[in-house]
Amino acid sequence: MSTELVGLAVLMFLVTYPSRALGLLTPGMERLPRQALDYLQLVGPAILAALAAVSVMVATDDAGRPWFHVGVEWIAVIACLAVTAWRRNLLLGLIAAVAIVVVARATGFAALPG
Amino acid sequence: MLVDGAGIAVAALGFGFVYGLSARQAGFSPIEALAMSVIVFGGAAQFAAVGYVASGLAWPGIVLLTALLNARHLLYSAALGPWLREVPFARRAVMAHLLTDEAFALSVGHFRRLGRTDEWGYWIGAIVSTFIPWNLATLAGVLLGGQIPDPARFGIDIIFPAAMIGLAVGLITGRRELVAAMVGAGVGVLVALFTSPAIGIIVGGLIGPAVGLLVPAALAREIAPLGSLPSADRYLMPGSRVRRPPDTDDAGAPR
Repeated sequence: MSTELVGLAVLMFLVTYPSRALGLLTPGMERLPRQALDYLQLVGPAILAALAAVSVMVATDDAGRPWFHVGVEWIAVIACLAVTAWRRNLLLGLIAAVAIVVVARATGFAALPG
Repeated sequence: MLVDGAGIAVAALGFGFVYGLSARQAGFSPIEALAMSVIVFGGAAQFAAVGYVASGLAWPGIVLLTALLNARHLLYSAALGPWLREVPFARRAVMAHLLTDEAFALSVGHFRRLGRTDEWGYWIGAIVSTFIPWNLATLAGVLLGGQIPDPARFGIDIIFPAAMIGLAVGLITGRRELVAAMVGAGVGVLVALFTSPAIGIIVGGLIGPAVGLLVPAALAREIAPLGSLPSADRYLMPGSRVRRPPDTDDAGAPR
């Protein structure tokens, strides 16, 4: 059983722990420059949106060359976005997305990936 | 506190299970998936790591993006610091590892209701409501995920991008966040098409916030500054809510 990514988890811990600990162990950390705090606040939405978009819009061929992918996955992700924004419940959004993909693939409207 | 904590625990169970499935789909072994949940213990960063690994991003890039994604905890710890200053240093150091969006929201809301610090309240919120269910569910997800013979037929492959966009929705409560997300997605796809998915994710994740900052403050409609109690809901697992005491606009820490 592979354990290679345990090392990655340790590295991720090493860059996460300071941000969790500094404020608890060192007073005054809230006095970072306002611009830096604002930037950090926007990083989450940007990274997560980039991950989602690249995951469903960019595929790679056998040689690793990227190409623009269009498929039912777009509809599923948009449905998840809409349901999550409407109901403020990610689990419902995930159920909607999975249901769309399962039905589309089972009925032949969409092909299985790969 | 206990009622709120039970709601958080249920959400952690569901979401941790989905994380376990996604990790398995991306090729994580059960040990690797569980190590992430125990050692990193950060839902969004863990989900993102699944995508980074699947897209072939090199470890330095993953570590950099993790640092940026989890930097918001600095604001939580700064807001909690005054409440916990009487707790011995060693215990605060352990508390820090368990500081998540959920632990912050539960404990600050609890302290405000009591009007004082309750160390046990923090431990219950952080460990019983979040850490234990998150890790148990991770293990269940990654083990059961390995039993599914044809994951794509059951739509397992869509869980990761759908979870990412759902988490992003939870973080968008102002125009700056919206612009950052849209630019991050657009730039990410464009750059990925001309280079690789991994590079696209990094560039989108770094340029999106920079463009978001260009939105004038007057138009930003910031409704919940990070590190305040109202901001906690934004970073909870979507679907979870923490009751807050009336007229609470900020963390209300003792001065």
